[in-house]
Amino acid sequence: MEASSLPAALELVSGGGAGLSPEKRAVLGSSLLLLQRDYRFERVWFWGCIQGVCGAYYIAEGLGPDRAAPRSRLYSLNCVEWNLLPPVTEEMVTQAGRLKGRFQGDPSFEYEYTERNAEDAERLFEDGKEPMIKEEARLVATIEQIDRAVGIIPRGAFVKTPLGSVSENRNFEGLSLMEAKRLSSYFHFTEPVNLKNKTLLEKADLDPSTDFLDSLEHDIPQGSWTVQLEKGGTVVVLRSLLWLGLTFYHVPMTKQYGYVYFGNGEKNLDLPFML
Amino acid sequence: ERGHGPYQPHEPGYGLYQPGYGPYDDQIPDPKSRMLAIQNAKAYLLKSSTTSGLNLYDHLANMLTKILDEQPTNAVDIIENISKDVKWARFQKKMDTLRDEHEILPTFEAAEKRKALFLKANGEGDEELEEEIGETPLPNVMETAFYFEQAGIGLSKDESYHIFLALKKLISVQPIQTCRFWGKILGLEMNYIIAEVQYHEGEEEEETEEEEVTEEGGKGEGEVEDEEEEKEKEDEPPKSTYKPPPVIPKEENGTGANKYVYFVCNEPGKPWVKLPPVTPAQIVCARKIKKFFTGRLDAPVVSFPPFPGNEANYLRAQIARISAGTQISPIGFYQFAEEEDEEEEVDGGRDTYEENPDFQPLSVAEMVDSLSTWVHNVQSILKQGRCVWLNPLQKTDEEEENEEEEKAEEPDELPQELQQEIGPPLLTPLSEDEGIQNIPAWTAQPSTNLIPQYAVAVLQSNRWPGAYAFASGKKFDNIYFGWGHKYSPENHAPALPPPVQAEYPSGPEITETRDPTVEEELAFKAAREEALATAEEEEEEDEESAEEDEEDDD
Repeated sequence: MEASSLPAALELVSGGGAGLSPEKRAVLGSSLLLLQRDYRFERVWFWGCIQGVCGAYYIAEGLGPDRAAPRSRLYSLNCVEWNLLPPVTEEMVTQAGRLKGRFQGDPSFEYEYTERNAEDAERLFEDGKEPMIKEEARLVATIEQIDRAVGIIPRGAFVKTPLGSVSENRNFEGLSLMEAKRLSSYFHFTEPVNLKNKTLLEKADLDPSTDFLDSLEHDIPQGSWTVQLEKGGTVVVLRSLLWLGLTFYHVPMTKQYGYVYFGNGEKNLDLPFML
Repeated sequence: ERGHGPYQPHEPGYGLYQPGYGPYDDQIPDPKSRMLAIQNAKAYLLKSSTTSGLNLYDHLANMLTKILDEQPTNAVDIIENISKDVKWARFQKKMDTLRDEHEILPTFEAAEKRKALFLKANGEGDEELEEEIGETPLPNVMETAFYFEQAGIGLSKDESYHIFLALKKLISVQPIQTCRFWGKILGLEMNYIIAEVQYHEGEEEEETEEEEVTEEGGKGEGEVEDEEEEKEKEDEPPKSTYKPPPVIPKEENGTGANKYVYFVCNEPGKPWVKLPPVTPAQIVCARKIKKFFTGRLDAPVVSFPPFPGNEANYLRAQIARISAGTQISPIGFYQFAEEEDEEEEVDGGRDTYEENPDFQPLSVAEMVDSLSTWVHNVQSILKQGRCVWLNPLQKTDEEEENEEEEKAEEPDELPQELQQEIGPPLLTPLSEDEGIQNIPAWTAQPSTNLIPQYAVAVLQSNRWPGAYAFASGKKFDNIYFGWGHKYSPENHAPALPPPVQAEYPSGPEITETRDPTVEEELAFKAAREEALATAEEEEEEDEESAEEDEEDDD
């Protein structure tokens, strides 16, 4: 969620019971602004909070002029001092995907993971590296996975310029109530995967400036998003069931929208059994 | 027809807009012609379109007015959109002679319901006001919400207040002695808001009588069927020897897992629905399945092992498990009531407690540092599904009388004696809770490190993510916000179906034997021939001796 709309947004997302204490809210208002100044971000998003066993990580993301470029991610243990996380690589993501269990809450904690494949183990030993992952790497890989899988925006909120960069659509006035209840009005804010698989008929209806991302309706498994109207029907809240704790809110016919993650940082692999 | 340029030199419109190139410019400049040109241009712009009734002049004027009023940045980039917006706005007013029926959004109805919460009921007189100010079972939801908010947990203040009023409505309708906001469970289509109540004593008896009647009726029918089957035993196909495991009766309302009654509603403003009491079979099954709640209480729960009930029962079972695992209080707040005859301690242990009037609250630092300063104040549920162990094989007096006939059949079929299950007694400290792998069962934190004097001790459960508890001085409370499932680091593995039941007891008469090999057959044949040969010889001897006997007789 946008740092500038943090107080109002937290009120709208609190239906799940998770939120921030008044102390954190107060300090975030100023510390996120300072982040913007120090790192020269154009936009700062408060991404959310991952609960570890002993402590919690508060995550913020900074965006540059092209909103679809890889974002810089920062974490903090107390919302006052922020540390930049290393940029994420595919190897980090695959390694972190093998880890199970909760985050510890200590960024320098090292996980030992057992190699299932004997070949991989040999390869690693040849390199001289020991199979250990630091919690920082796991953290950034998890954030990347969550953003890729369930980071969403309403349709029309961002436009792609002919030069290829993505920016906010100043003419976006919000989705109507009917549109907001449909999953096809929301897009994953990441590299599209399914876009080219659409039939020519479907592509003819798309507007290349706003429809350049994957929509939610073809997500597997079906039903992995819950759409609810809260606060007497004035806010549309989408919750992901794949990554429990990700909440997206949008007030129809206004420009307010955003998503935030409050949870353990673990993927819900039991989803097919639970639906 | 060509209404716009570029104009060729021979056409009449040519040169209207280009200074120095007008058809009459080489003549004496006539100011009137310039004015005429302007008027012609304006007349052209004022021409109404045949399709839409607009004209370009008004449209441009509106657009420029809008731009100058709003002064957007980089207007040239979005000029087409602004033009579209202006046209759209004009269309709405002019074209429709029909007036749109005012759209009744569903949000309006929801708002009506929420507003109804805030209206005072009509029948309240002064007497009731006095009652309310005195002892009321209504919990102070806002106060609890404040403490939890210090830890970053809880709903928005709006929603908390709505829940507060909804609880007040519940209390005015039902005869309730104590009431507590238990928490919120999220679902796919709708969420559940749950209140934990205890009735006044004596209020609940009507329902239990109805249930007992149906149980007795069921037993009578079963006995009649058995007698009929015995008569027809010869003709019928083999009777199934399957005896289902004995049904463990549920605990009485008011004790054990059914100590509290739970009411749920989907949203504050909607009517409260009472959840049925929970049976041990439901708890045992709920431990094996993991399903999301849909939000509708009558939804079926499709799972394996098949859940005995619908979503209301599953919800109640999960609430029972969560309460048993995570309802805690600071040590010393509750104490056991002193009873005179402690010799009658049943296997289940004590199950009642009372508030300790001499409770001295510990400091927040102490509450956070060690988990032994907190205790469970709800009985844990045994593997059987009850809080107090019951031996299902013990027969009551009624059953013994009716089963005299069947005693002959049963002695071999009694299963082994079940071992008594013992759980941790009430008021055990949390340090006894086992963690999952190497994660402790609870995480304790103070709500703030900056202002320790006014910090609140907050505990989060790691076994049931979403269960929280706080303590500050003499105040404490528990709450649950979550999806209603237990945490397990391993993936959920659904139970496998049981092995196929053997239809017939295997014995020598029905087991197949191997076919004999050729050598065995030949040997068998040879042996038979020998036997036949000796038998024939014996017969011949017998016949000879018989004939001799006959001859002798003559």
